[in-house]
Amino acid sequence: MSELTLTVFRLGMVILLWFFVFSVVGVLRSDLYGTRISRRGQRRAARAASNRPKAPAGIAAPLPTGAPGAPGTPGAPAPASQQQSANPAAPQGRTGAAYRGGNGIPSLLVVTEGRLAGTSLPLPAAGVLIGRNPECALVLDDDFASGRHARVFNRAGVWHAEDLGSTNGTFLDGARLTTAQPLRVGATMRIGRTVIEVRG
Amino acid sequence: MTTTVETIQARPRRGIELALTVLALAIVIGAWVNVDLALRGDAPAELATVGGGLLALVTGLHLLLRWRAPYADPLLLPISTLLNGLGLVMIHRLDIASGQQGLDGDAFRQLQWTTISIVVAGAVLWFLRDHRLLQRYTYTAMAAGLVLLLLPLFPVIGREVYGSRIWINLGPMSFQPGEIAKIALTIFFAAYLVQTRDVLSLAGRRILGLTLPRGRDLGPLIVAWLVSLAVLVFERDLGSSLLFFGLFVAMLYVATERVSWIAIGLSLFAAGTYVAYLLFPHVQRRVQLWLDPFSAESIKQSDQLAKGIMGMASGGLFGTGLGQGRPWMTSFANSDFILPSLGEELGLFGVFAILVLYALIVERGLRTALGVRDGFGKLLALGLAFSIALQVFVVIGGVTRVIPLTGLTTPFLSLGGSALVANWSIVALLLRISDQARRPVPDSDGLPSARVRAARPGASAASLSAPAPQARAQAPAPQAGMP
Repeated sequence: MSELTLTVFRLGMVILLWFFVFSVVGVLRSDLYGTRISRRGQRRAARAASNRPKAPAGIAAPLPTGAPGAPGTPGAPAPASQQQSANPAAPQGRTGAAYRGGNGIPSLLVVTEGRLAGTSLPLPAAGVLIGRNPECALVLDDDFASGRHARVFNRAGVWHAEDLGSTNGTFLDGARLTTAQPLRVGATMRIGRTVIEVRG
Repeated sequence: MTTTVETIQARPRRGIELALTVLALAIVIGAWVNVDLALRGDAPAELATVGGGLLALVTGLHLLLRWRAPYADPLLLPISTLLNGLGLVMIHRLDIASGQQGLDGDAFRQLQWTTISIVVAGAVLWFLRDHRLLQRYTYTAMAAGLVLLLLPLFPVIGREVYGSRIWINLGPMSFQPGEIAKIALTIFFAAYLVQTRDVLSLAGRRILGLTLPRGRDLGPLIVAWLVSLAVLVFERDLGSSLLFFGLFVAMLYVATERVSWIAIGLSLFAAGTYVAYLLFPHVQRRVQLWLDPFSAESIKQSDQLAKGIMGMASGGLFGTGLGQGRPWMTSFANSDFILPSLGEELGLFGVFAILVLYALIVERGLRTALGVRDGFGKLLALGLAFSIALQVFVVIGGVTRVIPLTGLTTPFLSLGGSALVANWSIVALLLRISDQARRPVPDSDGLPSARVRAARPGASAASLSAPAPQARAQAPAPQAGMP
């Protein structure tokens, strides 16, 4: 074989290997999943931006300023409630500490305390089951939770939380649930050592 | 500052997986053509059959993923394919150098094992629909792992090769059961720690800023330590011993989030290795070879470390080119020393590409552990990823003189069937867990209120031991006590 062919092969091999590595890293970059934490104002701006052109799926529209360490890291700081003055651009009125998002209909459960802190779970139309059993939508890893602990469901357009006869009970805003109670945006549910916040 | 948490749904990305897998296979075939052009002057005759066979195998696995695990990680399959293929090419290249060709070569055997391994990986994905099923077999996995680990010590089936007693005879073939034991014990550690971690992480006293565990909670750690010492002493296998103990300590640390386990683990490890160093001449020899591989005395005992290093040095930055170096001069150039062989012919840039590929496999494993929603899956994915990372560190650290050489296999690259089967099974398990991690949260569609209600009598029966409902309603404190 000619020297030239072998030299081409020799360098080509190394280049190809690195080409492969960079294509893998490229896929990795655009393959974010999990949860993303961003500041409130940015999120609205991002939403507005994504409404105009259809943003590529998966990665949301470009944020004006980068949220530090945001992509795909669960377990980021839990939301602190008050600090309305920090964002004067926010037009909506707020009642108390709780933020009334959009139309006031719950659409997201966010775990703010406990082992799963940072996890969020969009509410599917059929509702979710919470507990330690693997079949639950939110599988709690909490010694004080029961197998099938509580459920969140939609009855006639209103979201409710119900305790499923758990041993240690479910607390909605500090009160123990005995029957199904309607959920409002901003409410917190405590199950054992886990605190779940309802978001709009 | 108010923040919001948004969910980003993963896309299946199977198309990208297929494209990258084909690219990986193309690189492997290019490397193979390169070797044969350099050594024999023409392209390999079996190119179509072997290349087609490999393509059929990996696309088969890819199609199985499309069907059975559509959300599985798209990067694990291409990276494993590339590493396995590069190993095959280098083994084939060393076969040619030693005059073995065709069906009696090591490459042919390794090709057979590759086929078996990919079929096994497919079987794991096919039969294991949900990784949480493995949690049922906690103690079965422990027993299986320990038996497999200690199997080579039994008189008839065990076999001693080059001073290490880690092989068993299976008819015409031999097998290293320790590789499979690694997976079984990872499953056991994950299932065991997810059950006991609250006790392990909460009870204890604080001394000097470290929360020390109670004496009785040390039991499992001591058992793991004794077993790994037994492996070290009776099987004379430094590498596996290090791997098992390191894996257990790392999983213990992640499960309990307590630094004291690392401190205790490292001091137990240091004590164990120091005693082993004083007692066993083979450990002393390894340390001496590590500290001074080029002295006349060391060269007399074993020159492979020195030759491996000289080989990598002669490769330089870009390598000599495949088929144009002299990697066969090092003994075990196709197993323990396959990385120096690749380093000589692909150069520093090539070796770094391979190391980045390992880092990417580990990263995907850790990402899966972060994303999956159950504790067992988290610990299992972490343990599997960490075992690959530790193994790569131990073997590559050994051949590059970072730590004493201990003789583990390089994942996917080294000649050796049992290791290949084990590594492909690990990849299959990670694929299965990542499918769960990336899949959108399931609706509880199958759980209409009727079913929930049907389950309630059982639930209220379970709460009979609790105080009456009215009393409970007034007492918001749970019985187990909240922090």
